[in-house]
Amino acid sequence: MSAPAGSPHPAAGARIPPKLGGAAAPAGPGLGPARPQQNGPAQNQMQVPSGYGLHHQNYIAPSGHYSQGPGKMTSLPLDTQREDYYSGLYTVPTQNVVTPSTAHQQPGAQQMYGRGPPAPHIAGSTPGSFQGAASSASHLHMSASQPHSSFVNHYNSPAMYSANSSVASQGFPSTCGHYTMSTVSNAAYPSVSYPSLPAGDPYGQMFTSQNAPTVRPVTDNSFSGQNTAISHPSPLPPPPSQQHHQQQSLSGYSTLSWSAAGLLSAQDNLVRNHTGSLAAANNNPANTVADSLSCPVMQNVLPPKSSPVAPTVLSSASSARMPPTANQLVEPVASVTQPSELLQQKGVDSSSTTSSASPMPNSYDALEGGSYPDMLSSAASSPAPDPTPESDPAPAPAPAPAAPQPSKLAKPFGYGYPTLQPGYQNAAAPLNAGLQPGNPVYSGFQQYPQYPGMNQLSSSLGGLSLQSSPQPESLRPVNLTQERNILPTTPVWAPVPNLNLELKKLNCSPDSFRCTLTNIPQTQALLNKAKLPLGLLLHPFRDLTQLPVITSNTIVRCRSCRTYINPFVSFIDQRRWKCNLCYRVNDVPEEFMYNPLTRSYGEPHKRPEVQNSTVEFIASSDYMLRPPQPAVYLFVLDVSHNAVEAGYLTILCHSLLENLDKLPGDSRTRIGFMTFDSTIHFYNLQEGLSQPQMLIVSDIDDVFLPTPDSLLVNLYESKELIKDLLNALPNMFTNTRETHSALGPALQAAFKLMSPTGGRVSVFQTQLPSLGAGLLQSREDPNQRSSTKVVQHLGPATDFYKKLALDCSGQQTAVDLFLLSSQYSDLASLACMSKYSAGCIYYYPSFHYTHNPSQAEKLQKDLKRYLTRKIGFEAVMRIRCTKGLSMHTFHGNFFVRSTDLLSLANINPDAGFAVQLSIEESLTDTSLVCFQTALLYTSSKGERRIRVHTLCSPVVSSLADVYAGVDVQAAICLLANMAVDRSVSSSLSDARDALVNAVVDSLSAYGSTVSNLQHSALVAPSSLKLFPLYVLALLKQKAFRTGTSTRLDDRVYAMCQIKSQPLVHLMKMIHPNLYRIDRLTDEGAVHVNDRVVPQPPLQKLSAEKLTREGAFLMDCGSVFYIWIGKGCDNNFIEDVLGYPNFASIPQKMTHLPELDTLSSERARSFITWLRDSRPLSPVLHVVKDESPAKTEFFQHLIEDRTEAAFSYYEFLLHVQQQICK
Amino acid sequence: IEWFYPEGPAPPFSAGTGAAACSSPATAFTFAAFCYMLALLLTAALIFFAIWHIIAFDELRLNPIAQCNTLNPLVLPEYLIHAFFCVVFLCAAEWLTLGLNMPLLAGHIWRCMSRPVMSGPGLYDPTTIMNADILAYCQKEGWCKLAFYLLAFFYYLYGMIYVLVSS
Repeated sequence: MSAPAGSPHPAAGARIPPKLGGAAAPAGPGLGPARPQQNGPAQNQMQVPSGYGLHHQNYIAPSGHYSQGPGKMTSLPLDTQREDYYSGLYTVPTQNVVTPSTAHQQPGAQQMYGRGPPAPHIAGSTPGSFQGAASSASHLHMSASQPHSSFVNHYNSPAMYSANSSVASQGFPSTCGHYTMSTVSNAAYPSVSYPSLPAGDPYGQMFTSQNAPTVRPVTDNSFSGQNTAISHPSPLPPPPSQQHHQQQSLSGYSTLSWSAAGLLSAQDNLVRNHTGSLAAANNNPANTVADSLSCPVMQNVLPPKSSPVAPTVLSSASSARMPPTANQLVEPVASVTQPSELLQQKGVDSSSTTSSASPMPNSYDALEGGSYPDMLSSAASSPAPDPTPESDPAPAPAPAPAAPQPSKLAKPFGYGYPTLQPGYQNAAAPLNAGLQPGNPVYSGFQQYPQYPGMNQLSSSLGGLSLQSSPQPESLRPVNLTQERNILPTTPVWAPVPNLNLELKKLNCSPDSFRCTLTNIPQTQALLNKAKLPLGLLLHPFRDLTQLPVITSNTIVRCRSCRTYINPFVSFIDQRRWKCNLCYRVNDVPEEFMYNPLTRSYGEPHKRPEVQNSTVEFIASSDYMLRPPQPAVYLFVLDVSHNAVEAGYLTILCHSLLENLDKLPGDSRTRIGFMTFDSTIHFYNLQEGLSQPQMLIVSDIDDVFLPTPDSLLVNLYESKELIKDLLNALPNMFTNTRETHSALGPALQAAFKLMSPTGGRVSVFQTQLPSLGAGLLQSREDPNQRSSTKVVQHLGPATDFYKKLALDCSGQQTAVDLFLLSSQYSDLASLACMSKYSAGCIYYYPSFHYTHNPSQAEKLQKDLKRYLTRKIGFEAVMRIRCTKGLSMHTFHGNFFVRSTDLLSLANINPDAGFAVQLSIEESLTDTSLVCFQTALLYTSSKGERRIRVHTLCSPVVSSLADVYAGVDVQAAICLLANMAVDRSVSSSLSDARDALVNAVVDSLSAYGSTVSNLQHSALVAPSSLKLFPLYVLALLKQKAFRTGTSTRLDDRVYAMCQIKSQPLVHLMKMIHPNLYRIDRLTDEGAVHVNDRVVPQPPLQKLSAEKLTREGAFLMDCGSVFYIWIGKGCDNNFIEDVLGYPNFASIPQKMTHLPELDTLSSERARSFITWLRDSRPLSPVLHVVKDESPAKTEFFQHLIEDRTEAAFSYYEFLLHVQQQICK
Repeated sequence: IEWFYPEGPAPPFSAGTGAAACSSPATAFTFAAFCYMLALLLTAALIFFAIWHIIAFDELRLNPIAQCNTLNPLVLPEYLIHAFFCVVFLCAAEWLTLGLNMPLLAGHIWRCMSRPVMSGPGLYDPTTIMNADILAYCQKEGWCKLAFYLLAFFYYLYGMIYVLVSS
């Protein structure tokens, strides 16, 4: 009995809420502690006022400082404040003596980065020739894909084809001499142009942008020779996203908090850097281009036909080169289609059954994981050069000497990762030492000197320990109750795994792939001791601007575990490599010995697969069960009275008309429409008809397709009919009196329609389905919305939608749900249709096209993104990890088909996933672990592709090391996912307790490892200092809050988002960013697209920061609020909002007018910049201090106390109390 | 020959069976023996169920939907069979045997109460079954049940012989 109760999460129980892990018990102990808390605080509150007051007094000085500060903050050197703060009010803990605050260290880090980021700035403001600069500077960065960027640039540089000087490729390093380190390792690489391959050679190297058309501005820029800062080849190639901005803000902030000397030198660097790279830019394209021109088979480098950017590139290059490529590319695909027809039948035949047995799984399983294409034989036919070069021992060892040496010498250059955490100061040491004498140098972790290609990475280095070394910054104990400003003023970056320089450079970008513990504990026992969740956060299909795409006959994989070859494998000798996941020794296929980049033989470790942790392969027919499917889109629209009243049809049809040509797909793209109320309406759009034909099926108990062949039609052949229909649709049902909604039968029909091909079904629903299969009843009791006790009905009421989703998933169909309702619609049940078919869910509460313009605007923007973003069909994703680790639970929208295989009917760039891991065997015999995700999908152009990400992390044996490497944001996101599961399977209060316990347990576990601290203080390692704050934010999040009126659908939607959003977006949802915007200055601003973007510091989420004289911007991810204080300066109101004074600002304002004033420009450019960093354009709300809408705004101020929840300080006291127990 | 011998006289046994079935010792005796025999046969069937369960969960990794579809229809019969001979033992007033079966019966009832939202019969939901915890639990459950049924099988055999012999 007890086991079953714990069964949903015995291990999770062990991990998050050790106190809840039990079974029937959890309710007891769970509530047990909870009760006392309720009382505890009550008691506390008696003391709190005094205690808190006391602190308050302590704080008074600084907070006085701050309250007028925010605006001024820019001009105040941060450290002096800190100094005051510490010396005046606190006795500095002994351990802190030598430990400077983070604020101090950031500049240190920036100093190093000074060289990296600046280039983009300039590049951003300068068109054309600076491309080269950016790219060559980018060699400083760690991203393995950098070198490619230079290629891309070269090819785009208008000058390139006219350049004739054939400079040796070595010329490149010399032009940027001071980058010695990075160029050494890349020497052969960037300067190589694509080699001459015999025509018909199977190799094709393509470097292309994989962007969705929406992001095209970005890609266009990057290709068209007018470099924007966004498209600059950033170290982690993520432009529109945070990373880039962070980088920039880094340098931006340096001016804030840095002394003039530091600033100067940084600028100095900047300047030098630019000149240096300018030189490089001038020479470089010439070299490479000349080089590449000399080679006859440059076609290999052309972008693949699927790339949306291809035309652009080609047009800017020489179009004469196109045909051969196209041929080359088509060939393999074409050859593929034939053998797989048999399999296709297999996939299609069961479409009519409702039994959920899917015919595909096994075979897809086999695809991605199975049959080894024995290409060795075919390698013989590959025109690889004579194997004589093998006798040349030089190529392999050559790069090796670069590694150990530069790890000291070149650190400042090589260490270009923008996400440096203060914790890993070892690399920063050389520079920091000069600037910050007191800075402890963290050299605890041993660096791995091996070159991955040469040595067995996983040997010998077992015991890495901090014991004998000074403490790293991330381990600096922080007394939480006394640290007033726990939130840094700059965004929090992901910590960097403490690997050696080479590996760090090669490692996967944290935007795509990160681990909650960057240092993996050696044993499960150690993990249990740390009381932290271990897991991965994935954003596998993220829009990337730089992605090496590899076409090759042989995709090299481990013979036993099927791991794709990656940068972290070790080459035992020229002919053999050792898998880094299962340690099997594999042969290097003959074909792989030849490196098309260097045109050399015998350098397998220089192949792009081994140089980049994120690559994409063009898959051969071995990875197909049937010919790649075309893009198929079906729209299922609610046209009942309610829907017509809400008026979404106008917006949708308008959006579709606008984006019809931008729908991803090729010439085979098909589209169809269905509408439903109490009956189901199909639309015959067959080419040749004079106008669309509407077919009504009223038998909803046994739905059939009236004319199965003409309902899904070719987009291009029937375009006129489609346009006619879209123009007519909004007005077709205006007088309808039908209030019922037969969603279930409509979905069944949609399934039948889609099952022969698979594709995407977009469902628009505005009310509770009330007819036919899958009808739902209202389950919400409005009186219980603010209940603190039990929140019911978080799970589905019926399994109809789940079964339907599984059927769809089996037929490679994803169902996306747009719920636009003003009343309860049981999202908990409806969401199942998307959850298990790998769809996505959008929810617009109280949607009305005129009454609620902000929701209408949001729908419009979301649709634009939704319709035009990249999409992958019939996908599977497999996650592999080093032997000893195993996947425990997956979070996200998908169907788990095997222990490590996720079936994704569709994959979109906005989908995130989380995975819980467990350590099954001790990892003592290895010093590194790797994780690899392989996403096999069919692109919208009908190409089978595999995107592979590989992440590498060190293994540690001491608890301190584990704490040093905590990625607090990843941990919070994983915890949020686990808590959602817990809420559904157990109860919301259980989940809340589990979250609190996660903090209590981890902090008490940390406290017990640090012996020399008084037990009364609540101490956290610096790496975890934001943990309690984030957990509190989670507890106040819509998904988990109690006591505040929350509609059930809102809550369920928040849970759905937690499960399916990637980390960057989720973090903003959990903990919004607050900025003061009425005093924006250009100090520390960054330059994007010739625009100056101010960088105001982050404010903590407390009303204490809101002064009546100010205006504040809150960035909640999907929505922006601008709060205007009563006493806000009239100049600001006039200049930015366009109204004379506070009183005249309207209640509902969703746009900032374009005014020609400096402050308006600054505010707008800042907001645009924030908007550009995310796929869904958020809606802006201007909130006046006295308007009723301000509660929306104030509920996000999570550090403050509400009627139902703790303030941050109270929460800390509560945690402390729990620990002491 | 001896098998039929006790059936006739059997007075010594009535003392041993207890007061409940005093009225007709002969029938009570045969009924208890019959119960054990029945339980023996049914337990053999349950052992096959358990083995099937274990095998299915091993193969689950390949195709959870199909496996859930094969497993789910078997859950209810298994539970019913077990409940059935629990009832039979109750009628036979075999308190010890009944007591030994109670935990499993309670477990079954609990499983039925807490089953996921499903329209069909069964317990296993293909969307959650691959969750490592649930999978491990189900596998453990399979092994535990197998062990229990095996032990129970021998216990019933012993019980039957004991009932027959002790007459």
